[in-house]
Order: sequence, then structure tokens, then C-alpha cells
Amino acid sequence: MQRNKIPFADLYIKEKKHRKEDMLSIKNLQAKVEDKQILKGIDLQVNAGEIHAIMGPNGSGKSSLASVLAGRESYEVTGGQVTFDGKDLLELSPEDRAREGLFLAFQYPIEIPGVSNINFLRTALNEIRAYRNEPPLEAKEFLRLTREKQKLVEFDAKLANRSLNEGFSGGEKKRNEIFQLAMLEPKLAILDETDSGLDIDALRVVSNGVNKLRSNKNAFIVITHYQRLLDYIVPDFVHVLYDGRIVKSGTKELALELEERGYDWIKEPVTSESV
Amino acid sequence: MTTTTSLYDQFTALYNERKGLNGNDWLQNLRREAFEAFKAKGFPTTKHEEWRFTNVAPFLKEDYSLAPAAASLHEHKNAGTIPGLDAYEIVLKNGLLNEDINIPGIKITPFRSAVKEPAIRQYLGKHIEVQKNGFAALNTALFENGIVIEAAQNAATDKPIHITHVYNAQEPFFVQPRILIIANRSSRIEIIESIFIKGGQPLFVNTVTECYVAENARVDQYHLQTTPDNAHLVNFTQVEQKADSLYNNFIYTLPGATLVRNNLHLNLDGSNTESHLYGLYLTGGSQLVDNHTLVNHMKPHCLSNELYKGVLMDQSRAVFNGKIFVQQDAQKTNAFQQNNNMLLSDKAVVDSKPQLEIFADDVKCSHGSTVGSFNNEALFYLKARGIGETAARNLLVNAFAFDVTNKIQIPAVREYVEKLIAHKMAETYD
Repeated sequence: MQRNKIPFADLYIKEKKHRKEDMLSIKNLQAKVEDKQILKGIDLQVNAGEIHAIMGPNGSGKSSLASVLAGRESYEVTGGQVTFDGKDLLELSPEDRAREGLFLAFQYPIEIPGVSNINFLRTALNEIRAYRNEPPLEAKEFLRLTREKQKLVEFDAKLANRSLNEGFSGGEKKRNEIFQLAMLEPKLAILDETDSGLDIDALRVVSNGVNKLRSNKNAFIVITHYQRLLDYIVPDFVHVLYDGRIVKSGTKELALELEERGYDWIKEPVTSESV
Repeated sequence: MTTTTSLYDQFTALYNERKGLNGNDWLQNLRREAFEAFKAKGFPTTKHEEWRFTNVAPFLKEDYSLAPAAASLHEHKNAGTIPGLDAYEIVLKNGLLNEDINIPGIKITPFRSAVKEPAIRQYLGKHIEVQKNGFAALNTALFENGIVIEAAQNAATDKPIHITHVYNAQEPFFVQPRILIIANRSSRIEIIESIFIKGGQPLFVNTVTECYVAENARVDQYHLQTTPDNAHLVNFTQVEQKADSLYNNFIYTLPGATLVRNNLHLNLDGSNTESHLYGLYLTGGSQLVDNHTLVNHMKPHCLSNELYKGVLMDQSRAVFNGKIFVQQDAQKTNAFQQNNNMLLSDKAVVDSKPQLEIFADDVKCSHGSTVGSFNNEALFYLKARGIGETAARNLLVNAFAFDVTNKIQIPAVREYVEKLIAHKMAETYD
């Protein structure tokens, strides 16, 4: 391609600049499950320091987008490109995506009896470190980090020592996702309906956690059905997903408008506005 | 004439040579009766209901020696040790005990001298149905070596007893060890058995263990089955429990021995007993691991709980057959049985057969059996946190086995078993 013509030094500068600006770049992403086309051409640009909210009615493809980005095998990408930090994301295995700094907070975190939360986190952290050619964390350092992050996201130490999500309430599972997020410090976190099933206190705790973790170096994609969460986690941009496409984009005021008017008006044929 | 019948002939010759050599009548009678039972039916074939899925014929074709040359095993003093385990160590070399063992409250006697004592008569071979169990019959007729472990009334060991069975298979051989455990009233013993084989030649080990748990006594038995693949193990364990006693059996089989058949029979012959049976089989290669258990509730108010879990790889096969009988007298019985299997390969096969026969009307019983493979959702969850294929599978297998491994009450043994699993998984997926 044309890039080949650019001298190496220039390319390096361009790459650097490129990385800083756009962390995630999704172009015309299309995907299907079995024979059903779910994503029909998604375009989205997420830069470091930004929070993007993705809203939309049930079945519009919100969670599918999260799954495709995280690399869930049941989805087949049928077109488009996704660049994450300069790398072709779609080429990477799910574990390498995580190691590159992508994090998916699951809508339905799975229970794995027999795997202790702590052992799981230590394994994850050390596998990520190994990928970056860093030595495993010392036991003491790991413990210190665990304590610090537990406090930061108000996660009960008793839960941390139990089997992964086993017997956790819905809220505890979601808080565990945020605790993992705090421990793994990803560049880009996708929160897939993290607010669903949370009472107002849990919602506050989860949101506080996210707000403490946000910085100008990381970014968040917050998928939600309701505007409520966005009172706590204030997005820079709001996108409305409908029928596998982003049909409307705006600022946080768009979320309020959706809250007031519902999704029906969005379902009329609308041309997508770019941000 | 097939070589199987030749092994049969060899045993017949051996029996004829030995009969009359045993001084006391009761022992001669016991052996004769057992040998007649073996002679009538020979080795079990797949036509026997209890051996439907397990064909032993291929494993009996070797040209086994029945009387192995005196083995030089002294250099293997530390063979088969379990790291960090603080236990009374007993090493049986080709079934022989070569040293005096002193354990407070516990008497350890080699069979050769034990059979001379009249007291043993009320225990030895007393409850084994030799007509129905050809291998146990053969052992009873011809065993020579092994030990009797007797815990005195109220005796409790301060640490477990670890028996290492060391075999030197310089030539193919067939060995028949015997263990008799007598836990007298209110005593408590923990016994760990492991096996260490050197020499590289095929080895067939036909073991019979009898365990008497008297009133209010407690016995914990652990079996660790890790061997090279040309070992073939057939075990028969008969347990008799008296009132208020507790018996726990833990059996862990790892890839290795091409044939493993474990029979575990419990007679709950006293009220208010408790029994826990835990089994884990992690199978690989072309291994066949067959666990047959029988829990016989004879008296009221007894609890039995059984959990066997299997993880099958490669083209390995496993059989689980669990029988629970609740006799008419055994009212208020609680009997539970569960067998779960995880198949990690398309070529692995498991035959699981839970059976309940209840003749009492006021009981609580359940049994269940499952066969599945990796939970792909769980695998994806782990990968989405940066955990690679090998580590993820290792975590999930350990998690699956957890219900059984976390029941091990001796930390060093638990760590040892967990490490063996992790090692095997790493070997498989790296």
C-alpha cells in the first residue's frame, strides 16, 4: 500500500501520532451469527481519554458489537476493519486482545466454581505481563495491588477469596467485573450493560469505580439500555445503535432525549450523523 | 490353547504345588474355596455383567512370572515419596515388608507371620464374595505377601501411614499383594497408598484390601494411582463398617497404567455409620480406568455419599458403575451418588452406570451421572482476561476436579494431586 513509500522515520512519527489520537478505529464492521447478519456496517472512532456510550433498543446489536470486539468465536466477521492501538484487532486471538489492553466487562459474568477469584486474577495478570515481557508479580506486590484496587472499587475482600462469581448476586458479579478492570488496567474497557440488574447503590459503586479509573490514557465504551447509568458515568459521546448500524450520534444530551422520547423515533429511517 | 489359559494353568500348577504347605486348616480351607471359585469361572470376560466394558484378556497375554526374582530395590528407599508429607513411611518391595515399623498404638505385621495368629481368622477373607469376584478369589487362593495393620482400641495416629508399593519389573510379572486393616473400637487411622514401578517390563498387580472399621472407629484411605503405562492394576477393596463408624475412601487415578480396575465394596453393618467415597480419574493415551463401587446399606440411619469425577483425554476410556443397595432394615438411609465426566477429546469414551436398589420405604437416595466437555463460555471468559489456552484449560480442569481434590484432608497429598493434574494438562496443551 501507499505506506511503503513513506520513509521509516516519518512512518514512526506518523505511527506515534496515530496511536495517541485514535485508540480504536472501527470501519464498516459487519458480522453475523450463524446465518443472521447482526452488524451491518459500524463506524466508530474512540480516542484516549474519551467515554462513548452506545445505546439502543433490545436486539439492535449492542452486545454483539462488544462480543465481536472481544473475539467471541460464535461471531463471524464478514466485512470491515478494526484497528486497536495501530494493530489489526480482528487478527488477534481473544487472549491477545486482552493482553493488548482490551477489556470486556461481561453482561452476564460466568460462574466458575473451583477457580478462586484471586488465583484467576493472578493468572490473568501474569499472562498479560508475560506477553509484555515483564516478570510475574511478586506475591507481596500482588497482594498490595489487590488490596489497593479492592478499596478503590469497594469490592469486599471476602468475595475476592471465593470461587469466581460462584453464588455472587447479580450486583456482586458486576462489581467483580469492575474489580478485574481495576486490576488489569486496560487501555480500552467495554462495559456491556454493566448497569443491568443493579440497584441504585451498586450502580453508584460501579460508576464511582469507573470514574476513579478513567484517565487521559484510557477509554471506555459504555453499552447501556438506559440513560440512568449516564448520570453517573458522563459520556463524551452517545451513539444510537439500531438494526446493526449506528443511526445517530451526539453528545450526552442525546441520551436525555432518548430517555424522554424512547427509541421509536430513532427507528424511522435516519441518516447517520457523524460526530 | 491361548496364552490366557496358560496363565490360568500356571496358577493351577502353583496352587497344586502349594496346597498342603499351609499349616492351619482354616487357611487351607479358605484358599481351597477361593481357588475352586476361580477355577470354575476363570478370569472374567466381557460376558460377565460386571466386566461388560472392560476386557482384561489382552492384559493377561504376557508371559508373566508368578514368582519374581528377589528384587534389588534398596536404592529406591525414597521412591514414591510425596513432597512435604509427614507420615509413617512403609515400603513394600514386591509386596514384602523388610523392616520393623513402630507406630504407637498400631501393629504392623507381615502376612507370613500374621497368618499364624488365630485372631486373624475372624477377619481374613470373611466378607469377600469369591464366587462373584474372580480376581479377588485368585488373590485369596494364592497371595503370599502384604501386611496386616491393626489399630488398638482408642488408638489414634498422630500422622498418616504412607505405604509405598515398590515393584521392580525386571521381567513381566504378576503380583498379588494383600492388605488387611483392622481398626478396633474408637480408633482412628489414615492410610495413604502409592505405587512406584521400575524395571520397565509389564506388571500385573492384583491387590485385595480388607478393612474392618469397628464401632466408633474412623478410617481414611487414600489411593494414588500413578504408574508407567505397561502396568495393569486390579484392586478389590472390601470394607465392613460397624455402628457409629466413619470410613472415607479417596482414589486418584492419573494417566499411566493401561488398565485400572477398582472394586470398592462397602457393607454398612451397623447403624449410624457415615461413608464418603471420592474418586478422580484423569485418563490419557489408550488407558482404560474402570471404577466399580457397591455400597450396601444393611442397617438404619446410615449415610453414604459418593462423588466420582472423570476427565478423559486422547482415546482413553473410563467406566463408572456405582451400585447402592438399601436393605429392608435400612430405614432412614441417606445415600447419594454422583458421577460427572468431562471429555476433552472426540475419541474418549465413558460408560457410566449408576444403580440404586431400594428395599426400604423411608429413605433418601439420589444418583446422577453427567457427561460434558469444556464449558466454552467459561473458556472465553478466561481468555477475555488474557489467559491463554493452556492456562485456561488447566484452570477449568482443576476447577472441575476441585470438588474431589478439595476433599483431601492432608494438605501435602492435596498439593501433590493438584500438581500431578497441572503437570499433565501442561504436557497436553503446550
